[in-house]
Amino acid sequence: MDFFSTLPLELMAASVAKTLFLVFLVVLPLVSYTVYAERRVSALIQDRLGPNRTGFPTSLLGFQKDLQLFLGGLGQPVADAMKFMLKEEFTPGHVNHFYFWLAPVLAMVPALSTLAVIPFGNFMFGHKMVVADVNVGILYVFAIASIGVYGIVIAGWASNSKYPFLGGIRASSQMISYELSLGLSAVPVLLIIGNLNLSDAIQYQVNNGWLLLPFTDGKLTAREMLLWIPLMISFVVFTISMFAETNRLPFDLPESETELVAGYHTEYSAMKFALFFLGEYAAMIAGSSLIVVLFLGGWHLPLLPINDIESSMTLSGSILGLVHITTFFAKVACILIFFIWVRWTLPRFRFDQLMKLGWLYLFEIALVNIFITAGILAATK
Amino acid sequence: MAYTVRRPNLTFWEKLYIPNIIAGLLITLKHLKKMLNGETKVIMQYPEEKWDSQLPEYYRGAPTLVKDDHDRERCVSCQLCEFICPPRAITITPGELTSESKFAKVEKAPKEFLIDMTRCIYCGLCEEVCPEQAIYLRKDYAITGENRAEMVHDKVKLYELGGVMHGLVHKWNPDK
Repeated sequence: MDFFSTLPLELMAASVAKTLFLVFLVVLPLVSYTVYAERRVSALIQDRLGPNRTGFPTSLLGFQKDLQLFLGGLGQPVADAMKFMLKEEFTPGHVNHFYFWLAPVLAMVPALSTLAVIPFGNFMFGHKMVVADVNVGILYVFAIASIGVYGIVIAGWASNSKYPFLGGIRASSQMISYELSLGLSAVPVLLIIGNLNLSDAIQYQVNNGWLLLPFTDGKLTAREMLLWIPLMISFVVFTISMFAETNRLPFDLPESETELVAGYHTEYSAMKFALFFLGEYAAMIAGSSLIVVLFLGGWHLPLLPINDIESSMTLSGSILGLVHITTFFAKVACILIFFIWVRWTLPRFRFDQLMKLGWLYLFEIALVNIFITAGILAATK
Repeated sequence: MAYTVRRPNLTFWEKLYIPNIIAGLLITLKHLKKMLNGETKVIMQYPEEKWDSQLPEYYRGAPTLVKDDHDRERCVSCQLCEFICPPRAITITPGELTSESKFAKVEKAPKEFLIDMTRCIYCGLCEEVCPEQAIYLRKDYAITGENRAEMVHDKVKLYELGGVMHGLVHKWNPDK
């Protein structure tokens, strides 16, 4: 209690407000509409239409037709949520009850926790738009994100049935393999920025141009041109590893519905299944946010003025702050669309191909890339 | 005997994998674009438009019981369909014809004929096995109900769905 009593009340209230805003107003709607986008984009890619007609069910009340309140099936996520709430919560008799109930929570919580250190905007009402501005930001993200695998492994184990078990085993080996290349491919970025704080990472990109597009600050030096090569490699490796970390196709072996029924969540139903589903998409959002923060300049938009603590109290500053937040989530949405696009293009890897890619290629490339970056940095100092 | 499958020799660019991924992404993007521009023709909006009128003669919809030209029950409750039914959806209670019928001493009829539509797999074995050509798979495919009891079709419902079947049937008619 001593620690909390030393904190100013305003700071605590601001943190709570930021958390509520981030989780309930941004991430959960974003998750539901990512699911909708997934269904719609996949349908369009496969020459179908997808869910395009969910409206308000007035026909249940005796009217002739349903009321089309939402344009083109945008009410689908609401209907999905209602369905999950009303479904029977079934626990099979042969499972380990405690871990069976714990696993969905463990899948959801780490994905949301990683968002705590992601700076999703610059300043609003005199507060920095990040829930926890910690100096070990990126380490925190990697540490918490790897806890996410426990949810899957425990689900696979507690289900006490063969397909979830295989899914759990695959998840653990895959996550451990790709954690390495994920961490190592972020090191060149950290070498260049010289700091683990994610807010500082964005500040660096505001001053020197986005790491992936170094000309966004209006000038392109020879050093930036040289650093562009390892950063491109780093970006590709990081993105591929992020696909593997979030169990997205072509790396969705823990789930692989054509081989393992539904993988680790075969035995789950209703809201427990929905939690796995939400956790997966929340992890995708966290991963995309990290890509945006590290490589694509976070909330920064070139040619747009940037507000600071003082100006964020004024009206124009607040509008600017809102623009920053919108920019950030627009970038995240673009990455999410890319995730979906890739999923409906590529077939799944075979398990040995997956391991080979992780250990023989991505790991080495990421490792060598660190030395290249360090060499360039030392030579151009 | 074990044999070796010859793998194709990949060029350097194919081994690099990334150009092929980009090519694949472009293909899916092309489909997405065509769909957004309305160039791909979507065939049918299901609940509003249906292709019921185009269902083929041999379509396997819900199994029903039929009556013949003289409004007699064709079923003689031999129970062959009950025995052959793979998911055991059919339950028949055999019975006699009423004494005023002139066929009373000749034929029998089912007292009750139940088909559990939650079990039925629409395989058509009952139609195939029936020696009296009394059970037919008709064209109803959207069988719904609000509870399990409603999904069990009884004799009344089955005759209502089946109606009358005129003349000889397909399989024994050499002209068809």
